[in-house]
Amino acid sequence: MIIAEAKPLAEVAGLINDAQKILVVGCGGCVTVCLAGGEKETGILAAALRMLRKKEGNPLETVEVTLTRQCDPEYVDMLAKYVTDDIDAIISLACGVGVQFLAERYPKWVVPALNTKFAGATIEHGVWEERCGLCGECILYKTGGICPVIRCSKSILNGPCGGSQNGKCEVNPETPCAWQLIYDRLKTLGKLDLLLEIQPPKDWSKSRDGGPRKVVREDVRLA
Amino acid sequence: MKTESKLERLLSQGHFVVSGEIGPPKHANPEGIKKHAALLKDYVDAMNLTDNQTAIVRLSSIAAGVHVLASGGEPIIQMTVRDRNRIALQSDLLGAYSLGMRNVLCLSGDHQSFGNHPTAKNVHDIDSIQLIKIVKDLRDEKKFACGEELKGNEPRFFIGAAANPFADPFEFRVLRLEKKINAGADFIQTQCIFDMERFEKFMAMVRERGLHKRAYIIAGVMPLKSAKAARYMQQSVAGMIVPEEIVSRMEKAADPKAEGVAICVEQIKHLRNIEGVAGVHIMAVMWEDIIPTIVKEAGLYPRPKVD
Repeated sequence: MIIAEAKPLAEVAGLINDAQKILVVGCGGCVTVCLAGGEKETGILAAALRMLRKKEGNPLETVEVTLTRQCDPEYVDMLAKYVTDDIDAIISLACGVGVQFLAERYPKWVVPALNTKFAGATIEHGVWEERCGLCGECILYKTGGICPVIRCSKSILNGPCGGSQNGKCEVNPETPCAWQLIYDRLKTLGKLDLLLEIQPPKDWSKSRDGGPRKVVREDVRLA
Repeated sequence: MKTESKLERLLSQGHFVVSGEIGPPKHANPEGIKKHAALLKDYVDAMNLTDNQTAIVRLSSIAAGVHVLASGGEPIIQMTVRDRNRIALQSDLLGAYSLGMRNVLCLSGDHQSFGNHPTAKNVHDIDSIQLIKIVKDLRDEKKFACGEELKGNEPRFFIGAAANPFADPFEFRVLRLEKKINAGADFIQTQCIFDMERFEKFMAMVRERGLHKRAYIIAGVMPLKSAKAARYMQQSVAGMIVPEEIVSRMEKAADPKAEGVAICVEQIKHLRNIEGVAGVHIMAVMWEDIIPTIVKEAGLYPRPKVD
């Protein structure tokens, strides 16, 4: 899922300084799972902003709604009845996709309340870790199910580099060396020969370097 | 002979070669490089010019190579894949060759988080092994990385790569070296060797696979300047093993600099006797002036003349 984390309250407050009434929109998707932008966080952010503004003698009115997802037009459409003329700004507690969808759909000042981080997973409650670089061409079958594109600090496809020591990455002693993990895993599987092949340069045009990507499934299109 | 490299010629004639490293400055004045090149040219067979080492912005390795050439030295330009994509790397290879460079060392490069621009966007479009293959394909196939034919003069580089026998997983290090040789590496320069026992084991595996006959292996050494530097490298530099014995020798020394030179000379003498070691690479970081002393004391002076 997409992992995001809350922007500092002061930063968000600074973005809506001039607003008297705002719509605070949560998202029921990934950011709910990673405890950054669900219904609960939406309520907390709205309350915190109201308190801050009250203290400053500049009261703020908030309307709070949490959509099932902000990355689907049918859910974003459901927000229409809340986007009244007196709403000065919309705060989105979604990933960057949700923020952009709200901005595209409604002619209002839309600001992000979160920083969108990466595609990752829950390691333990409260700990999320990046696992996929969204590179558009999966090579995990070559590397024992461990992704060097995103988990190796240098994205080396023919690793490990000379900085790998005691199983750790040179960049951060808390980061496991992806290539040590790959080596250990392929050794256990009896597939070390996979590592002896020289992997050619990667086709990054399948990644974001080819411009914004699009997936079209003709078989499920309605029109 | 694949190239016009002086280094290749000496190695192919069986000479035990000596290379030295020059770190280009963090400014645009080339006087220091020229001075070091003039000082070293009779003591080393080739000089490495580092490419923004430790991810710190410095005068470019290719420009530094031009100054070395003008000073009568033989440059080995280092090239990392950290800062340039395959288009820029190939362009620089063509440019470097046109300027007279004949040796290139292909590296991944230190991560930018260690340098003076830790918030930089790194590139890593390709890795060091892929760069080796690209340099070889330009030279031997006259082809760019995209497969397009090079119409005109190809850059005929003597291709170098690095090996670190002190990084992990240790058992895979020799196989990775083999991959680099399979990709096209003609010579290898190793990480600084302090742990001689581990290096001996590494070389035994290298010989077992016959790799020393497929590429020239040049062993890296570094003269220590102080006990503090030794301890720092032991504790804080990733991919480096410095045995306690060496650190304590430095700590006990009345003249640490002299002791550092003595250790380095001993190491070179030891390395000369290891089968498969074709030369030494002296990395005297910020202490280039000491290289002539080391070369003389190690009995490697005068350097052979190229036939």
